[in-house]
Amino acid sequence: MSITVSFRHRFAGFDLDVEFEPSSRGIVALFGPSGAGKSTTVNAIAGLLRPAQGRIVFGDRVLLDTDRGIFVPPRKRRIGYVFQDARLFPHMSVRDNLLYGWRRSANRPPKQEIDRVIGLLGLDTLLQRRPRFLSGGEKSRVALGRALLCGPDLLLLDEPLANLDQARRNEILPYLERLREEMTVPMVYVSHSIDEVTRLSDTIVVLNGGKVVAAGEVGDIMTRLDLFPITGRFEAGAVIDATVAGHDGEFGLTTLAVDGARLVVPELSAREGSQVRVRIRARDVIIALSAPVDTSANNILPATITDIRFDPGPYADVLLHAAGTPLLARVTRSSIARLGLASGTAVFAVIKAINVEPRGRSGQR
Amino acid sequence: MWTLSEAELTALLLSLRISAVAVLAALPFAVAAAFVLARYRFPGRALLDVLVHMPLVLPPVVMGYLLLITLGTRAPLGAFLHETFGIRFVFSWTGAALAAAIVTFPFQVRAIRLSLEVIDSGIETASETLGAGPIDRFFTITLPLALPGLVAGAITAFAASLGEFGAIITFVSNIPGETRTLPLAIYTAIQTPGGETAAARLVVLSICLALAGLLLSEIAARRIRAMAEG
Repeated sequence: MSITVSFRHRFAGFDLDVEFEPSSRGIVALFGPSGAGKSTTVNAIAGLLRPAQGRIVFGDRVLLDTDRGIFVPPRKRRIGYVFQDARLFPHMSVRDNLLYGWRRSANRPPKQEIDRVIGLLGLDTLLQRRPRFLSGGEKSRVALGRALLCGPDLLLLDEPLANLDQARRNEILPYLERLREEMTVPMVYVSHSIDEVTRLSDTIVVLNGGKVVAAGEVGDIMTRLDLFPITGRFEAGAVIDATVAGHDGEFGLTTLAVDGARLVVPELSAREGSQVRVRIRARDVIIALSAPVDTSANNILPATITDIRFDPGPYADVLLHAAGTPLLARVTRSSIARLGLASGTAVFAVIKAINVEPRGRSGQR
Repeated sequence: MWTLSEAELTALLLSLRISAVAVLAALPFAVAAAFVLARYRFPGRALLDVLVHMPLVLPPVVMGYLLLITLGTRAPLGAFLHETFGIRFVFSWTGAALAAAIVTFPFQVRAIRLSLEVIDSGIETASETLGAGPIDRFFTITLPLALPGLVAGAITAFAASLGEFGAIITFVSNIPGETRTLPLAIYTAIQTPGGETAAARLVVLSICLALAGLLLSEIAARRIRAMAEG
C-alpha cells in the first residue's frame, strides 16, 4: 500500500507544504530538524490536524481531500498513533490500556494476536499495573502495543524515544526492530535522530522548513552531500547494507562483504550469509593518497573521489566510491588543497570505526 | 438530654434525604455546565458563568423568593407544572431539595470544572486515535479522570445543603415532617420558650454531621485520587 501525502497548512509565520509518496515497505522515516513540520505531517495523516488544503490517500482510501470536502475523522482512519509522551490512560491498568483500541476496532486482530503482541513487547508481567508505576521505557512499549492492537493499516510513531534517556532508548530499539520484522503493518517513524533513522528505516523522507527536501532509500539519502546541513555533519555517514562473509574466532573478528569490498569488524553474533547494516561516519574516514602500510587500521579500501562539497568553515565533505560502495569522509579544506584532491582522484579510504546494526530475525545467531 | 425526640429525628432524616436528592439531581447539570465552561468558547459563555455562580453571591432569601414567584402555584410556570404534571414544589420537600440544589450548584460546578481543566487533552486525543467517538470518550476517559472533582463537589454540596436555611424557609416554609430540616428545627426551637435544650442538642448534632462530612470528603478524595491516578 502506498501513502500519498500532499497538503498545505499555514501556522503563524510557517507555511507547510508537504508532498511525499513513499513505498510502504517497512519503516518510512520522517526526518528533519525541530520545527521542520514532522509532527504536523503525522498529525495530518492521523487526522488530528485538518490542513487548509491537501490530499492524503492511503492505499485506496482517501483520508483527506479538501477539494472534494472529504475528511475522515481520526477514529475512522484505522491509523495507530504512538505519541512521544505515550499518553497512557492513567485510570486503567496496562491490560485495559492495551485493549482500549482493540475493543473499539472494526478490524481488530484475533484474540491470540493480543498475547503475541504482549509477548513481543515483553509486557506479560506488567498487565495489572497502572501506568503510574511504569518506567518511561515500559510506558513506550505499552503505547506501542496499544496502537498495534487496533489492527491499524498504518502505524505512526512520533519520536517515541525522544523523552527517554539513552539507556531507555537502547532498551526500546530492539523492540522496534522486532516489530519491523514480525509485524506486517507499515510504519511512519518521526525522528530528528539520524542514529535511530538509519538503524530502523528503509526509506527516508527529509523535511526542512515545512517542505520535503529529499526522499529515497536510506543509503542514497545518507550519501547526498547537499543534504549534510540537515542530516547532520557530525553524525552523518554512509549507510551500507552488507552480508556476513565469515568469522575469525582467533582474533574475534567478522568479515563483511559489501559491494566490491570487504570490511573487518569486531565479531558479530550474526550467522554467515545474514544481512547487516553498517554505518560509517564521515568523521571516521581518513583519506590517503597511497596505501598506508604501517597503520593499525584494519579497513583500508581503494576508492575514487566522486564529489567534494566545501563548507563555509574549515571542513569539506568528500564522497568516495570503493567499487560500488559509497563512503563519506569529512576532512579539512586544507587537507584537500595539500593533497590536491578533486573529483576523479584515486585515493585510499582509511576507516577508523564501523557501526554495525543487525537487519532482521535471520541476522541473529 | 441527649436522646433525639421523634420530631428531631424526622428533621435529621429529612435533612439527609433533601440534601442527597438535591446533590444527585443537580449532578448531571453540574457536569454539563462544568464541561461547557471548561471546554468551549462561545458567545454568552460569560453570562452562563455568572448565572452558575449567582447563588453563591445572592442572599439565599432572595433565591428562595425568586423560586417562590416563579414556581408558586399562582405563578404561570408553577401553575403549568401543577396542572399539567401534578408537580408542586411549594410547601413540599421536593421544593426544599430544589432550593438546596440551586443554592449549592456552584460548589459542584466549580469542583468538576477544576478537575476537567487539569485533564491532559493529549490523553483524550489518544483515545480518539484508538477509535473512541465523542460520547464514548466522555464516559471512558473524561468523566473517570474528573471523578475526584465530581466527588469533592458532591460532598461539599451535600454539606452545604444540610445547612441551607434562607432559601428553604422562604420558598417552602417551615412545615414539620415536610420541609423542617435541621437548621429550620434549630430556628424553631430557639423561637420556642424553653426550647434551649432541644436547640443545643440539634446544634451538637449539626456540628457532628459537619465533621463527619469533612472527614468523609477527605477519605473519599484520597481514595478517588489514588484510583484515578492508578
